[in-house]
Parts: sequence; structure tokens; C-alpha cells
Amino acid sequence: MTADWPIISATIWLPILGGALVLGSGDKAPNVSRWLALLFAVLTFLVSIPLYTGFDAGTAQMQFVEKAPWVPMFDVNYYLGVDGISMPLILLTTFISILVIIAGWEVIQHKPSQYMAAFLIMEGVMVGVFASLDAMLFYVFWEAMLIPMFIIIGVWGGPNRVYATIKFFLYTFLGSVFMLVALIYMYFKSGSMDILAFHDLKLNLTEQILIFVAFLLAFAVKVPMWPVHTWLPDAHVEAPTGGSVILAAIMLKIGGYGFLRFSLPITPDASSELDWLIIAMSLIAVVYIGFVALVQQDMKKLIAYSSIAHMGFVTLGFFIAFIIMGRSDVESGAVLGMQGGMVQMVSHGFISAAMFLCVGVLYDRLHSREIGDYGGVVNVMPWFAGFMVFFAMANAGLPGTSGFVGEFMVILASFRADFWFAFLAATTLIVGAAYTLWMVKRVVYGEIGSDKVAALQDINKREALVLTSLAVAVLILGIWPAPLIEVMDISIENLVRHIAITKL
Amino acid sequence: MEYNLTTLTPVLPEIFLLAATCLILVIDLFLSERTRLLTYGLSLAALIGAVALTQYAAGPGRQVILDGSFVRDPMADVLKTGLLLVTLFAFVYAKDYLRALGILRGEYFVLGLFAVLGMMVMISANSFLTVYLGLELLALCLYALVAFHRDSNNGAEAAMKYFVLGALASGMLLYGISMIYGATGQLSFPEVAKVITGGTADQTVLVFGLVFIVIGISFKFGAVPFHMWVPDVYHGAPTAVTLFLGSAPKIAAFALAIRLLVDGLGGLIVQWQDMLIIMSVLSMALGNVIAIAQTNLKRMLAYSTISHVGFIFLGLLAGTDKGYSAAMFYAIVYALTAAGGFGVVTMLSRNGVDAENIHDLKGLNDRSPWLAFMMMLILFSMAGVPPTVGFFAKLFVLDAVISIDMVWLAGVAVFFSIIGAFYYIRAVKVMYFDKPIDARPLVSSADTRVMMSVNGLAMLGFGMFPAGLLAACRAAFGA
Repeated sequence: MTADWPIISATIWLPILGGALVLGSGDKAPNVSRWLALLFAVLTFLVSIPLYTGFDAGTAQMQFVEKAPWVPMFDVNYYLGVDGISMPLILLTTFISILVIIAGWEVIQHKPSQYMAAFLIMEGVMVGVFASLDAMLFYVFWEAMLIPMFIIIGVWGGPNRVYATIKFFLYTFLGSVFMLVALIYMYFKSGSMDILAFHDLKLNLTEQILIFVAFLLAFAVKVPMWPVHTWLPDAHVEAPTGGSVILAAIMLKIGGYGFLRFSLPITPDASSELDWLIIAMSLIAVVYIGFVALVQQDMKKLIAYSSIAHMGFVTLGFFIAFIIMGRSDVESGAVLGMQGGMVQMVSHGFISAAMFLCVGVLYDRLHSREIGDYGGVVNVMPWFAGFMVFFAMANAGLPGTSGFVGEFMVILASFRADFWFAFLAATTLIVGAAYTLWMVKRVVYGEIGSDKVAALQDINKREALVLTSLAVAVLILGIWPAPLIEVMDISIENLVRHIAITKL
Repeated sequence: MEYNLTTLTPVLPEIFLLAATCLILVIDLFLSERTRLLTYGLSLAALIGAVALTQYAAGPGRQVILDGSFVRDPMADVLKTGLLLVTLFAFVYAKDYLRALGILRGEYFVLGLFAVLGMMVMISANSFLTVYLGLELLALCLYALVAFHRDSNNGAEAAMKYFVLGALASGMLLYGISMIYGATGQLSFPEVAKVITGGTADQTVLVFGLVFIVIGISFKFGAVPFHMWVPDVYHGAPTAVTLFLGSAPKIAAFALAIRLLVDGLGGLIVQWQDMLIIMSVLSMALGNVIAIAQTNLKRMLAYSTISHVGFIFLGLLAGTDKGYSAAMFYAIVYALTAAGGFGVVTMLSRNGVDAENIHDLKGLNDRSPWLAFMMMLILFSMAGVPPTVGFFAKLFVLDAVISIDMVWLAGVAVFFSIIGAFYYIRAVKVMYFDKPIDARPLVSSADTRVMMSVNGLAMLGFGMFPAGLLAACRAAFGA
């Protein structure tokens, strides 16, 4: 289906245009740039809504397709489109971006126009990553994400921000260059840069394994998977709240999305061959990183490690498909695992954003992220405490919240693969609850920790608005996930059918 | 051969530039310090006029005139236009700097214009003699320009080094040319190529001559192991001269390589391909690694130039039309990028004091956010990060190398690009994350600011729409 007007292009370029305008507005009148940024963020969200309302859930075909020649000598096209996998992630991006703009409203006093502009440009580029159907276009957007994020962490981050941002840049740059080599190789094999043509490209097992490894280096760093996760805690701790939110809520999802769009359909046999590796890495992330999170003293670090553990679920859900299909010819189990991974991605987008925003609220007041500096916050900030406890419960996977749905689906699917996978994955229900709730106990409950804590102000209207909208999203997705699952259903089934057919 | 005005159309831009430069030289004699800007304005007008005439003379197909010593083809059209425009940027950036240093003299522009003329002759050369003529005209002007700031010891030292080594390299080149001439009995490129394909020439003498010619070309490019002069000259010369020296001549050097190696000695590709592979890998390795250790911005950019030359060689050594056009794209883009990079360095200087260390970039975002943004685009383009044009330049070259089954070479190139990314990122870090040492805002004249904006945004513009320039480069090689 093609739309009457280029919805995807508008969703990509509107925020980038807005970013340029905000950048041009300068810092002389910070409120002008703030309102301008908010205006563009909201407009972009409104523009992206037709992607959901006009979406035809009955087909796995790409929708809202736009195609125009870009570099004709290389057969590279400006080729955009969405299916049930990318569409929810685009909406997540446009939704979270509004919250990020609002969350940085008064907090950012240093060069607010550049801050807002960086996030708007980031938003457009991330939508571009999700919507690209041309590998070169995808790569350009993929790398372009690095530049604003590099600046965001480096300029508005914490004390050790320079180290963190250079580590972040070089880690991700290194990973993605290998992906570029793989893409060029496939370009020579297939004669085009069309991602969908790559899906049908015949490759022998050696080629597939090499390409798979190249993709893995790029995506595993982004997700991030154990053992290439070490940039994330550094980047998160040093990033400003908005940066952490975008990182956790969307950029990590880009790694997961990459597995679904590239690794699985392009190299199904290599994925099947090497699935033990991914599953092992995912389970290590879930269990080991869970324990690492338990001992953190820094709230942001704790949530960062918890993100890694939760993303372990996502990759686990994607890759157990092969074992399930090997056991039985029933596709439904495989579909369940992948859908679980997808739901987990969206849900983690809301919950991690909320958790980082909660820490941001405290940090803005006390300028400390140390758990030990707080205690008894509930006595002075009852509303805030309510939100924080709610989101912590969601993070621990309480039924009724979105955190439960994804984890439950993945664990359920794991049972069809192997009891021990499911067992190990299920330990997160205990460990996850332990580190999240223990943190909440130390920060929110108990005696008032110090005079500074006693002087805290409860959340203001702006913060309440942001947290409420996230709480509503978490609840809706937790109680009634059907709308989300319905839109992705056909696309995922199609993907599972595709990877079940060997390319050899 | 009869001469009338129409047969001279292809050489019109050169004739115009020569006449205009002589005129400017004379007019400048009658100008006082206060009216010196007229020279600057006339020089820009001369460049723009030459661009217009190049476009007027442009067209598909080859035209050979002046008894086979001068050729105009689509490649020459594109390269000359690029060359003139890059020089235009360089002149605009140089003006404020020279004025602050008290050396805003007509000679800078006149010597610069003569150098441009030399480069245009090189680009359109169709015989060994013409190429040598153009090269020497360029080189003599550059020697004088490097020593342009008479009171600067560094400048004098750099000029001396450049002159001695440059003369040596020219000698090598000439020696190589004489051997080729001895083996083939011809000077014009098509004739030489014909003899070589005929197989009658003595192969040993040819290859011997080729080695010397390749050395000459590598020296002009500044490729390892003939790179020693690059950092010293870039560092010692006044920044306004480095700016010119580091940008436009790369386009001419590319033309030099194509005319000599492809048009003339295309039959010896097997031999020169191996030499270029070695030099290209060494240049990328040494340039990128040593750049990391530099604290002087001009030296850092000099080593970065060396690494970029390695990339241009990669495209050349592919030996296919695709490779040549990729190298051409790279050379033009690099010249524009380098002009912008050095342009920012000139804009940082104030009151005649050179700002040339990396720490002078500190806090540029606080002092002048717009300039910092432009410099960021330029640096990311040098590093090859999308969506800037540097990414596509590298991509096209890599594509050409992979298409001749030299995947390992592409791997080496990618590896060193990642190392290279580090020092560009470090410069961005210094601009954006560090506190300024000198918090005074930067002042620059309106024309500089406009040109710098065009320069920086061109990185983004060509990066988003690389098809046009690439098509022009492809057309130059009929691919």
C-alpha cells in the first residue's frame, strides 16, 4: 500500500528540519527554542500516527513505500517502507522524543537550543534507520545516529563524559564498519542494495557465517550483548537524562531490530548454526548481568545493567526459534518467542525511559545518583515515590504491566525449546525483582537519609505529565497488548516462515 | 595547422587566466595599502571568469590542439572547475589572515593565480613536456609562497626544504621522462602508449623510467616514503599558504597521475599497480598512526593528508574506469574538505598570532557555535562518517578495490580509517567538550563567513546528494 503523501519521509525530515530551525534560533531566547522543539516533536508524532491507523495488519508486505533513485550508478535508492516490525518502533521513537524534549525543559540551562536540536535530529535519523529498505540508506542513517549522540553525551553529560562518549563512539563505529563490508559484499553478489533482495539472496554456509558475524559485531554492540556491553554503563551514567532515555528506549532497540531485519532473514542457516552462541550470550546477559546489577551503588548504572539483562530476553526470544523449529514443525512457538522479543523491546522502551526519568528527577534535585545518598524519599515526595515504585514493579515484570507480557512470552517459548533455557531465563523474575526492589527500598523507603533529602520538593506538573503518560503506556500494554501483537503478527509469521527455508 | 580563434577555444580559460594575472600584477603595483583589496577582488573575478570560460569550452569528447601537446576532455573540464572553485575558497579564507599578519600583498594572489595556471596546464597536458612545464610553474610559485612571510624563520626553513626536495623530485621525474623518451622516441602520451602496446620498446628501460616517474608523482602527492616534506612545509608555511598548498594541488596531482600513468604508461599497469599498492598501504598506515601523536593542528592535518593520499592511490591502482572516477571524486572532495579545515585554522588566528595547536580549538562551540558546527562537519567528513561526503568518497574507492578482487586491501583501508577516526573525533571533542582558553568571540568578515558556511554545508550537501558529482566523474572516464 502506498500513501497519498510521503508519511515516512515527513516523519524523518520534519524533526530534522525542526532541529535545524532550533539550532538557528540560538540561545538568546531559550524559551523560543524549547517551544519550537516541542512543537516539532509533537507535529512529528501526529504525522507518524497515520502509520498506525492506516496500517494494514493483514499483510507482511512493506507499506507506505517510497522509492526514488539516489545514487543511480550504484543502484542505490531512497527506499522507505514499514512492516509490522518497524512500525511500532517508529511510533515508540516519535512518542519518546516528545517526552525527552519535555524532560529537558528547565533542566538544561547550558546551550538549550543545541540540546533540543540534537534530540530532534536524532529522532529523524532513528526513524530513518527503522524505515530504510535500502542497505546504503540504512547504513547512512545508522552511522549518522552517532554524531548527535556523541555530542549529547559529551556536552551535557556527567564528570567523566569525555571518556564515556569517545568509548561509545569508537565501540559502535568499529562494530558498524564490519557491517558495511558485509553489505558491500552482498551488493556485489546481488547487484543491488535492496534489503528485501538480500533476503532472497542465495549464499553458501561460509558466506552466511561471515556475514552473520559481521552483522553480529554491529548489532551486538548496539543491543548491547554480553561481552560487548561495557560501553553502555559508562555512556548511561555520564549521559544527561534525555540522552539515557533515548539510548535505552530506542538506540538499543535498533540492535534488536537489526537482528530481525538483517541477520535472521539474510543468513538463516548461519543463524541456525550459531544460535547456541547467541542463546548463550543472551542467557549470560540475563543471569550474570542481573547479579552485576544487584551490587551497583549508582542508580543509573543499576538501570543500565538491568537494560542489558532485559535486552538479553529480546535476543533470546529471537534465536530460540531455531531450536523450537528443530523440535517440532510447529511455527507457533517460534512466533511466540519473536513476538515476545518484540513486545519486550517496546515495553522496555517505556519502562527504561521511565526509570531513567525517575533517576533524573532525583538527580536534578540532589545532583547525586548514589543510592546511599537517598533514603525515605517517600516522606517528602509521595507522588514521585508512587511513580517510582510502579515503574520498579514494571521493571521487575509484575503482571499487569508491560514488563510481564514480553518476559512471559519469551519464557513460555523457551519451555518449548529447552527446560533449562526457560529455567535460567526465569531466574530474572527473582534477580530482577531483587535488584529493582532493593534499590527502591533503599531510595524510597526507610528513614529520611539526610537533611538534603528532607528538603526535597515533590515532582512538578511537567515531570508528572511525563511520568503519567509513560505509566499509562506501561499499563495499557500490560493489560491489553493485543493491538501491538496484532500489527506485528503477520510480519513475524512471515519472517518465521522465511527463516525456516534453508538458503543452501 | 592553421590558427584561428575557434581552434583556440579549448585553451581559452588558460589564456584568460594568464592575461588576467599579468594585468593584476601590473595594477597591484599602483595600489596603496588601503586599496589593496582591489587586487583581492580582481583575483576572485579572474577565478570566476576562468570558471565561466571553462564551462563555455566544456563539452563531451576530446579536443587535441597545439600540435598535440594540449588536450581538453571531460575530465579536464571537471578538474579545472573544481580546482578554480577550491582556489576561490582558499583566497577568501586567506584574506583576513594575511591582513592580520600585515602581509596582505598582491604577490600572494598573483603567485597563487600563476600556480593555478600551472595546474590547469598540468590537467590539460597531452605530452610529457607540457606536463613538466605546468608542474614547474606550479612548483616555483609554491616555493615562493611558502617563503612568503619573510620575517618568519619557520617559513624560510620550510621553503628551503621544500625547494631542495622539490627540485630533487622534479629531477627524478625529468630523468624518468627522458628514459621513456629514449625507449619510445615519443613525447606525446597517445604516441607513447601506442609504442608501448606495440611491444617494440625496450621493457627494461621503460620500467626503469616508470620507477622514476612514479617517484616524482608520489613526491607531489606526498605519499609515503616521499612524504617527509609534507608536515614540515605545512607547519612552517603561513597558514594562508598551507591552506592553498594543502587543497588545490591535490586535484592537479591527481591529473598528473592520470595523464602520466594512465594516458601515457597505461600499458605498464602491472608494474605501477604494485608500486602504488605498497605506497598506498604505507601512506594510510603511517599517516593515520602518526597523526594521533600530533599536538599541532597543521601537522595533524598534514599527516591526515598523507593518509588521504593513500586512499586516492587505492582508487588509481584499481586500474579500472570505476577506480579512476572514484579517485577523482575523492581528490575533489578532499581538496574542498582540506580547504575548509585549514580555513577554520586561519579564522582562529587573531592579531597576527597563529592559532595552530589543537588546544586552540578548545571551546570553539562556546566562542562561535556556527564555526564549530562547520568544522565538525569537515572533520567528520575527513573521518568518513555518514551523512557527510567523506563517507561516499571512501565507499566508492573501496567499491572499486573490491571489484578487482583485492578485498584484503579494502580491509586494510577500513582498519586504518578506524584508527584515523580517533584523532578527528578528538578534535571534535576539544571543540565541543572543553572550556575555551581564550573566551573572546571570534571576529571574521562577512565574505569569509559565507564561504565557510558554503564549504561546511557542501560536506553535508554532497553527502546527501553524491550522485551529481559522481556522475560527472564517471562521465570523465566514459564509464
